[in-house]
Amino acid sequence: MPPGPAARPEDGPWPGRRHFGRGPRHFGHWHQSGPLRRAREDRLVGGVAAGLAARMGRDVTTVRIIIVVAAVLSGGFFAAAYVVAWMLIPMEGAQGNIAGKAMTDRRGLALAAGYGSLLIILRILFSVFSVGWLSSFIWPVAIAGAGLILIWRNAGQDEQAMVQNLVQPVAGLTTKSRRTGFVIRLTVAVILLAGGVATLQRAHENIALLKPLAGVALLISAIVVLLGPWWLRIARDLVVERQARVRAEERADIATRVHDSVLQTLALIQRRADQPQQVIALARAQERELRSWLFDGRPPGSIDGQARTLASGIRLIQQEVEALYGGAVEAVTVGDCALDDDLAALLAAAREATVNAVKWSGAPVVSLFAEVEPAEVSVFVRDRGKGFDPAAVPGDRKGLAESVRARMARHGGTANVRSAPGEGTEVSLSMRSPAGYKVIRPGQESTAGGQAR
Amino acid sequence: MFTLVPGAGADPSLADMTNETRPRVFIVDDHGLFRSGVRSELGDDVEVVGEAGDVPQAIERISATLPDVVLLDVHLPGGGGQAVVTALKQSHPQVCFLALSASDAPEDVIAVIRAGARGYVTKTISGAELVDAVHRVAAGDAVFSPRLAGFVLDAFATTAPPGPQAPPDDPELDQLTMREREVLRLIARGYTYKEIARELFISIKTVETHVSSVLRKLQLSTRHQLARWATERRLA
Repeated sequence: MPPGPAARPEDGPWPGRRHFGRGPRHFGHWHQSGPLRRAREDRLVGGVAAGLAARMGRDVTTVRIIIVVAAVLSGGFFAAAYVVAWMLIPMEGAQGNIAGKAMTDRRGLALAAGYGSLLIILRILFSVFSVGWLSSFIWPVAIAGAGLILIWRNAGQDEQAMVQNLVQPVAGLTTKSRRTGFVIRLTVAVILLAGGVATLQRAHENIALLKPLAGVALLISAIVVLLGPWWLRIARDLVVERQARVRAEERADIATRVHDSVLQTLALIQRRADQPQQVIALARAQERELRSWLFDGRPPGSIDGQARTLASGIRLIQQEVEALYGGAVEAVTVGDCALDDDLAALLAAAREATVNAVKWSGAPVVSLFAEVEPAEVSVFVRDRGKGFDPAAVPGDRKGLAESVRARMARHGGTANVRSAPGEGTEVSLSMRSPAGYKVIRPGQESTAGGQAR
Repeated sequence: MFTLVPGAGADPSLADMTNETRPRVFIVDDHGLFRSGVRSELGDDVEVVGEAGDVPQAIERISATLPDVVLLDVHLPGGGGQAVVTALKQSHPQVCFLALSASDAPEDVIAVIRAGARGYVTKTISGAELVDAVHRVAAGDAVFSPRLAGFVLDAFATTAPPGPQAPPDDPELDQLTMREREVLRLIARGYTYKEIARELFISIKTVETHVSSVLRKLQLSTRHQLARWATERRLA
C-alpha cells in the first residue's frame, strides 16, 4: 500500500455540504424512523410486518401474530389489506412501489381482472346453491389473489421468487416435472377432503361425538397432504437464505478485521523500512494480535471486553492510536452510554478512521469527538491534513469503504466522508437505536457516570 | 489544537490587531521551565511583562504591572488559579485571564472560568495558537478549547431543574440556544472560529458573540453541575 492520500478509499456519492450537518441521515432495516418501508432482510412474506415493526420499534413476531389473528377474525379482509399494503409500500432501498409498476402492466391487469371476475361468478354460484358462509370469503380472496398476481408480475427478482413459492400449489400445475406428484397429492387430498366432509355431514344425523372429530382430523390431513411439501420448501428456503446471508456477513467481517490489523501494519512496515527497531516492534505487536485472534478468539481492533461505555472506548482508541502510530489524538466526549454490539461497531469504525487520519493525513493532531444523545450517537474524526479527492480513490482500497462505511451499514448506521485535497478530512459516523440510548452525564450522582470521563 | 501558519490561517482582523497592539502578557506558573518555554513560544507577537510562581506573588506583581492578559496555570500552590482571579477581578476588571491547564478535569477548568477567566486552553497548545488565543482574550473575546466546549455541552445538556438559589427571573442563563450548541459542537470537533463561520454561514464576529454569550452563561448560571464542578475542587 503506497503512502499518500490515494490509500484512503472512498466510495459512493459525495455528500453535499448541507447534508453534513446534524440532520437525520440513516438507513438500515432495524433503525428506521423515516418513511414506512417494507423490510428486505427480515421478511417472511412481503416484509410488511417487519417494516411496521421496525417503524414502531416493536418485536416482529408480535406484529406478525397480530396480523394473522386480525386476518382470521376479520374473515380474511386483513389478509387482503396485507396484500394491498405489500403493493403500496415501497421496499426499502427501492424506488417506487409495486402498484406504480403494475399500472403499466396491461397483461397483468387483464389477468387480475379475469381472476377477479372468475371469483365473482363463483360467488354468484355459491349464493345460488345457498352456501352462504363460503361467499363471505370471496371478496378478500379476490382482492388478495388479484394483488398477488400483480406483485408476482411486477416485483423485483428476489420478491418474485418469494411469490412463486406462495402460489406454488397452483403454479405447480404448469410445470411438468412436479405435475405427477402434485396430481397424486391432489387426489389423496380430495379423497380425504370428501371423507371429512361426508363424516361431518353425517354428524348431523348421528349423535355420536367421535365422528365430527374424525371429520376434522381428515380435513386437516387433507390440507397437510396438499400443502405440506410446499410449507417445508418455504421453511427450508428461508433457512438456506438466512445461512447464506450470515456467511456473507462473516466473510465481510473477517476481511474488515484483516484490513484493520494486518494490512495496516504491513503498510506501516513499508513506510518505516529504514527503522529496523520499529519494524520489529510493529511485527511483534501484529503477531501478538493475530495470535490472540486465531487462538483466543479476540478479534483485532475490537474494544469488546476492554471498554464498557462509549466514552471509555473513545479514550481507549485515543491511547491505542497514539501508542501505535505516534500521532496526537485529541478526544472529546459529550455524554456517555453503555456499549452494545452496534456501538462497538461504531467504535471500531471510528478507530479505523482515526488510524487512517493519523497515518495518511500528515496533520500533527487528529480530533475525535463523540456525542451521545437519547436518539443518536455520533462520532466525528477530523484532521487538518492534506486531504484527498474522494472521487479519485481506487476501488480496491478497503479502509473507508469496508472498515468504515460497510461496517456502519451492516449495523444500521451511517458514515459520511468529507474531504478535498489540501483541506483535511472529516469522517462523521452516526448510529441510531429505536429503543434510544440512556445518556450518562459526568458529575451526575444519580448514575454511575462519575468515572465516565 | 492545530498548527496555524501565521498569515496563512490566521484571520485578517487578527493580523491587523497584531500590527497595531502588542498585548502585554503576564505568565503565572509554578514551573520555571514551563514559564520560559511559554515565553519563547509567544515570541515577538506579544510583550511579556512579568512572571510569577505562586498565588501571593502573582497577586502582588499583576497589581503592579497591570498586564492586558494573564496566562494562568490552574494548579498553583496556595489556592489554585481561581484564587488569583478572585483576588484581582474586583480591583482590576480590565485584566483578562486565560487559564492554562494540563489537567482535563472539569472541576479544575470550570472553577477558574467561573471565577472570571475569559477562556481555557490546554498546555499542549501550539505556540501560534497560544498567540492567537492571547490576542482573542485581549480583544475581549472568549477562548474555548474543544474539551471545554465538551464540558459545557455536557453541563447544559440535562434538563434537570436548576439549583434552589437560581434567580427565577432569568431562566435564559440556564439554557443554551440552538446556535450556541452548534458552535460549541463544532469547537469540540476541532474547528477554528473561521471554519465555524464558514460552516454555519455566519461571520466570525457572530461566532465570537455566541462564544462570549456561552462564557457569560457558564460564569453566571446556577446549574447544579456547574456549581458542583466549581466547588468540588475547593472541598478537596
